[in-house]
Amino acid sequence: MSPALRVLAGGLLTTVQDLGRPGYQRLGVPVGGALDPVALRAANALAGNASNTGALEVAYVGPTLAVEADDVRMAFAGAQASIEILPDATASSGRRIDAMRSVRVRRGEVVRIGSLAGGAVLYVAVEGGFDIEPVLGSTSTYIRGGLGGWQGRALVAGDRLPLRLNTVTDHDDLRLDGLDLGLPTRFRAVAGPQSDYFADDEIAAFFDGEYAVCAGSDRMGMRLAGRRIAHARGFNIASDAIAPGSIQVPGNGQPIVLLVDRQTTGGYPKIATVISADLPALGRVPIGAKIAFERVTIERAQELRRAHLAEIEAIHDRIVPLEVDGEMAPRLLDYNLISGVIDARSWGM
Amino acid sequence: MPEYKVLPAGDTALVVEFGETIDRRLSTLVLALARRLSEADLAGIVETVPTFRSLMVHYDPFVLPAASLIACIGELMQSLRIVQDSGGEEFGRNWHLPVCYDARVAPDLDEVAARSGLSPAEVVERHSAVTYHVYMLGFLPGQAYMGDVPAELALPRRENPRLKIPAGSLAIASTMTCIFPQETPCGWHLIGRSPVALWDRGPSQMTDDRALLAPGDKVSFTPVSLREYEILSAKAAQGMLKILPSDAPIGAAA
Repeated sequence: MSPALRVLAGGLLTTVQDLGRPGYQRLGVPVGGALDPVALRAANALAGNASNTGALEVAYVGPTLAVEADDVRMAFAGAQASIEILPDATASSGRRIDAMRSVRVRRGEVVRIGSLAGGAVLYVAVEGGFDIEPVLGSTSTYIRGGLGGWQGRALVAGDRLPLRLNTVTDHDDLRLDGLDLGLPTRFRAVAGPQSDYFADDEIAAFFDGEYAVCAGSDRMGMRLAGRRIAHARGFNIASDAIAPGSIQVPGNGQPIVLLVDRQTTGGYPKIATVISADLPALGRVPIGAKIAFERVTIERAQELRRAHLAEIEAIHDRIVPLEVDGEMAPRLLDYNLISGVIDARSWGM
Repeated sequence: MPEYKVLPAGDTALVVEFGETIDRRLSTLVLALARRLSEADLAGIVETVPTFRSLMVHYDPFVLPAASLIACIGELMQSLRIVQDSGGEEFGRNWHLPVCYDARVAPDLDEVAARSGLSPAEVVERHSAVTYHVYMLGFLPGQAYMGDVPAELALPRRENPRLKIPAGSLAIASTMTCIFPQETPCGWHLIGRSPVALWDRGPSQMTDDRALLAPGDKVSFTPVSLREYEILSAKAAQGMLKILPSDAPIGAAA
């Protein structure tokens, strides 16, 4: 039988995501992709994959997956989670591991991911990736349009997700040190594009306010509750295009920050746009969190983008051998492995 | 040179806005600028998204700084003078799409007729008499916003949106008409059904051809009977319904 992960439980919303499918917004196709592309890149780096390889995006509650391949290397990055490796599907307990590491699991073993903490999403990459045909250049799942990923939808029990590799490279596992995947409470934003639909003091109040992330938030948008924002010139505009991180204000005055699966066009005025450097962190903010926005100039946003890209470049430098019981696993000292790790960078970036 | 504003949309996109209304003259400017930018083939432009009255340009600020992009847009605007003065340059293709207005697939036709003071037959006649302009694609993959619906048929959206409408639903709201490419929640008035797939779910190698319509295309609707609709739908389900722009006849291709 071809190598695969069998889904024993789908989790709350587990989808295949890569870095998205830019280039088709004029056809009405959202860019999509990982809500937290930094964590996706980290998971792929740990698995030895190119950074754009499709991985599982786990939201809030994880899936249970049985290994139907000789072995598979899985890597976890993102929110904290209870990750358990069970000897088989009938076992009630197994060994627990933390996120931000890779692990090699064998045929018949079962990986059970519980509830997430400290973030909305966790990425599970597999070495070699899933054997899924890209749609419009991407394996990202766009659920509303029913396209991409695994049959255009979230995983459900009974799915059999095909793997590219039946067995994986023979090296010890790795961990990723010191990458900040924490939850900021302030997100930087540039005013506009529809600044002129709001009075100056309303814009100032928006940047002074604190907002709660509400239920109903999803991959399309983050619904916020806080001080009502008044419109100066009504709340209906002839639809225009929506940028990533765009903060639209519908008639009820409660802003919605548009995320990866945002529709390409929309008819509400947009008061501000979260800067590109802060979008990955925004994508990991869970329902219930409190956030605020800080106004920056475009020049400042671009400086921050440069620093953000440098941080992404440095992900591979943070990968170190996994220490077992405080000791370095003996095989990791082997020169060939170390060079293998260095090679991973050229696949990745 | 047309009047326009450049508005920031974060640090990797900007909006070139020609106006605030839905207007064919603005749409023509948007499409002309999109064409000029595409022809200019600037390194650093990621993609452009035309809408009713503005063009969004996604760019990589480290390859193409915002100031350079804005300067380039300014230069391209010089060449748009002709467009504005001549009343528009040619865009897109002409389409005749079969639609069925039979009451059995048009649940809101009677209500639209009553609210516009017309008979259902008059609604069909007026809706299908117009050659529509595709302003933009949005909301769902391949979904074309077509205008303008005759003023007497222009109604606000339904107060109670439906949770689900079938793929192919022909609908109107305000001055726009749409064929919804897939099952979706919808607050528009359903006045018919088309067997034509506006979005191709076929083999994944295809790219731009997945959307049947493009901004700037001209579309008119050819009324068909329920029986004809059923035959065409059955052919569509088998992948045997190929719709070509208007110089080719409507019908099933081998």
